[in-house]
Amino acid sequence: MTVDTRPRPAAGSDGPATAPGDPIIQIQGLNKWYGDFHVLKDVDLSVDQGEKIVVCGPSGSGKSTLIRCVNALEEHQKGKLLVEGIEVKNDLKNIDAIRREVGMVFQQFNLFPHLTVMDNLCLAPVWVRRTPRREAEATAMQLLERVKIPEQADKYPGQLSGGQQQRVAIARALCMRPKIMLFDEPTSALDPEMIKEVLDVMIELAEEGMTMVVVTHEMGFAEKVANRVIFMDQGEIVEQAPPSEFFSNPRSERTRQFLGQILSH
Amino acid sequence: MTDRIETGQVTGPPRAPTGAIRWLRENLFNTWYNSLLTLVIVWAGFNIVPAMVDWLVLEAVWHAAPPEACREAAGACWAFLHEKGRFILFGLYPYDEQWRPTLAVALALGLIAVSGDRRSWGRWLAIAWALGIVAIALLIRGGALGLSYVPNNQWGGLPLTLGLSIVGLVFAFPAGILLALGRRSDMPAVKAVCVAYIELIRGVPLITVLFMASLLIPLFLPQELSIDKLLRAQIGLIMFAAAYLAEVVRGGLQAIPRGQYEAADALGLTYWQKMRLIILPQALTIAIPPLVNTFIGFIKDTSLVVIIGLFDLLGATKSALSEAGWRPMYKEGYLFIALIYFVICYSLSKYSQALESRLETGRRARR
Amino acid sequence: MAVVSESETSRQRRSPLAALWNDPRYRAVIYQLLVIAGVVFVVGYLVSNTMANLEQRQIATGFGFLDREAGFAISESMFSYDATDTYGRAFLVGLTNTFRVAIIGVVLATILGVIIGIGRLSTNWLVAKLASAYVEVTRNVPLLLQLLVWYGVITYALPHPRDADNPLPGVFFSNRGIKLPAPVADIGWLTASVGVLVGIVGAIALARWAKRRQDATGQPFPTFRAGLAAIVGAGIVGWAVGGAPTAISVPELAGFNFRGGMTLTPEFAAVLLGLTIYTAGFIAEIVRSGILAVSHGQTEAAHALGLRRNQVLRLVVLPQALRIIIPPMTTQYLNLTKNSSLAVAVGYPDLVSIGNTTLNQTGQAIEAISIFMAVYLSLSLGISLFMNWYNSHIALVER
Repeated sequence: MTVDTRPRPAAGSDGPATAPGDPIIQIQGLNKWYGDFHVLKDVDLSVDQGEKIVVCGPSGSGKSTLIRCVNALEEHQKGKLLVEGIEVKNDLKNIDAIRREVGMVFQQFNLFPHLTVMDNLCLAPVWVRRTPRREAEATAMQLLERVKIPEQADKYPGQLSGGQQQRVAIARALCMRPKIMLFDEPTSALDPEMIKEVLDVMIELAEEGMTMVVVTHEMGFAEKVANRVIFMDQGEIVEQAPPSEFFSNPRSERTRQFLGQILSH
Repeated sequence: MTDRIETGQVTGPPRAPTGAIRWLRENLFNTWYNSLLTLVIVWAGFNIVPAMVDWLVLEAVWHAAPPEACREAAGACWAFLHEKGRFILFGLYPYDEQWRPTLAVALALGLIAVSGDRRSWGRWLAIAWALGIVAIALLIRGGALGLSYVPNNQWGGLPLTLGLSIVGLVFAFPAGILLALGRRSDMPAVKAVCVAYIELIRGVPLITVLFMASLLIPLFLPQELSIDKLLRAQIGLIMFAAAYLAEVVRGGLQAIPRGQYEAADALGLTYWQKMRLIILPQALTIAIPPLVNTFIGFIKDTSLVVIIGLFDLLGATKSALSEAGWRPMYKEGYLFIALIYFVICYSLSKYSQALESRLETGRRARR
Repeated sequence: MAVVSESETSRQRRSPLAALWNDPRYRAVIYQLLVIAGVVFVVGYLVSNTMANLEQRQIATGFGFLDREAGFAISESMFSYDATDTYGRAFLVGLTNTFRVAIIGVVLATILGVIIGIGRLSTNWLVAKLASAYVEVTRNVPLLLQLLVWYGVITYALPHPRDADNPLPGVFFSNRGIKLPAPVADIGWLTASVGVLVGIVGAIALARWAKRRQDATGQPFPTFRAGLAAIVGAGIVGWAVGGAPTAISVPELAGFNFRGGMTLTPEFAAVLLGLTIYTAGFIAEIVRSGILAVSHGQTEAAHALGLRRNQVLRLVVLPQALRIIIPPMTTQYLNLTKNSSLAVAVGYPDLVSIGNTTLNQTGQAIEAISIFMAVYLSLSLGISLFMNWYNSHIALVER
């Protein structure tokens, strides 16, 4: 039995489809405030199907907030945000539809400690997609093989290493067969020797054509995988360029400073 | 499509109405069911609060009056406190000598207040406490320095409640530390004795421990050795508190990483040096918040001595209320002492919370 | 170097006793022997004193007195008891009364505590403040005082039966206690309870079937609502089969007191009210901190997977919060049961209060107190065994 774990075609049955060629994520004039603090200032961004975007910038620059707005974990106050042609706004139906299509991986893994690895993976397919258990488990097993830890299926998250937990978290997001994957600093909480095993999985995913938006400081990953690198500072997109251009010839002074800081060690 | 610093036109967030209206909308009317709850609570408040103010203040009898006068008033009978307040506070203590327990209570509260400041912790505080306790005992008991002797069956009210609490803790705390160390000992016999004691006491209600102390101690001791009721109650309270404090201290001990024990062993310290210099100072610091919570529980628990016939704050109130005519004034009497208990326990618990957050930040800063 | 060798030789020259003392194993044995000797000595001393004292006071030891006639009446009992029954039976009455007030108290305190604990987390400022005021007041005033206040309210503030408060038809509040309408005993109520039991079994079977079906087809089933319907439905069927009894005994004023219906005595009501309100304050704190302990990341991750609000609560937050809440909650249940012994202060005939009467009459203090301790200790032991089992089976698996 083979189970399709690839992203489903763009014209899925749930939610309005995007016309071919349209960007899968469209962000126009996005603004967000925490109280009086202006986190996102007039952000414009569009991401095409299959594109890989790496977002970097100093801490507090709004990069995590930006991708958390994409699946409505954060509410934006001004501007337009379309995912798969569905507008992200304060509407539970829309939000549910978007979250089904967008997978997310967190810095702190956020696996459910009371469920086994297998149950972590099956939770959303069973309750959200109403997949029969056996089918969900088969998909989950295939994905665990893909992230190279099928033998851990019956363990609890607390029994795994950080790198293993993060790979489970990636598999958990993929179980919903999302069309877009968001990564919020997926390797920041990991010990150095575990970073590679997670990045390898992400690179493989990128090679299979997944649309990815990755907040990370792993510039090696950006160089290898990204179609575009975006630099954010103080809530603004300061610069965006293909990695070759971005690293060799940054246009803005702030980008140069930032690159100098993170590449120097 | 690059540098957008110039174009970033910064305006304020889209603002809801500001000030009071905004606060109301966000905190009281943010969803339909919250709005409903708010309305219900406000309506209930309009019904209850004026009646309470009437009873407590406006229609209350404030001046000294016989109980019959209170019957006619619709409000609270504060005349009861005029008449019985001193009895509630001091029990059967000779009326003319009541300045002595007053001074003793002030001294005790002063010492507690000073101990609240962490900068005061040290040798001088210990000496101050030792002197303070001697002074308090002298004041209350008398029989020296020209103070008349007051036997302990006349002690009562607030000084008795505080005395039972403070003396109880002073003795129970070291006992609790020893029990906790014993429970974590490698020696099976020592451990078994401590576990048995702790679990036995914690497994039964305080009232049975007090019954045991008041009824069984006379049976357990030879005839010629008789202990009075107050001391028996105090022994029961100490036995009870020691078991609970032991468990709190054990919690603190468990939080100390094994590396600390190993480092102390590697320095060649003996067991008692290791405990006294390295482990206990850290363990007790960690355990301060739960210790204070145990203290609070203990102060409340001393009220149970009324069941074995002592006149502590609650016992004196009960006895004042048993007098003909004043019986219906239980609300005023109980409200009065509830307030005293509340002020003591609430301020201690706020103190423990403040200390906890400070310790928390201290630990984080050290990381 | 010289110093070192000197000290080494001096150590070797020490007496064999000192060598024994310096061997940690032997030292441990010596310490333990001392402790055991101390305990044996103290116990022996106390026992010999006790024997002498008992002999002098001419009190017989042993539990033989339990078979003697008690000679005192008990104001409320769940089974027949009168003054001619034995002390043993009186203790049994006390034990059942303790359990009665404790079990009802645990249920009510849990309900109230959960409501207040959630109230403290409410986004409604008024609700949150009121809930935290409740917690602060109930936790910082002694339980015994609270019990006495409730007892005072019931016996003094409530009117005489003749002008009893009548908030609902058939419900009367007076200083003789709370009167409630109660169904008249009938076979139909028995069949109804059988029906409810059958319904519960059916609901469990239904839940299993629903899980299997969801596993197979992916279709969820409204298990909770259907189960509830099954239980209620089976209860009604049982009631109808038993002849559908409708006779309800409504309390009626007859002379100076009520007749008919069900009574909660002022003592029982005061103890129940006091224990419930006091314990609910502690339970509220446990519930609040249990919910807060489930990290925000967990709910976010669940939302990001597309789970809906109620699914997040049911599948992710509650299972984790309950693991944190249940151990301290059982401690509170145990505390409530132990605290029910304060009933002696208002005269509710619980175990301790009947034991107290008994030991005053017979002088069998050691025996009576041993009975208290045996009962409460076995209860504590039972609960801690349960907790150990719970911790090893349900607690989160971590490295």
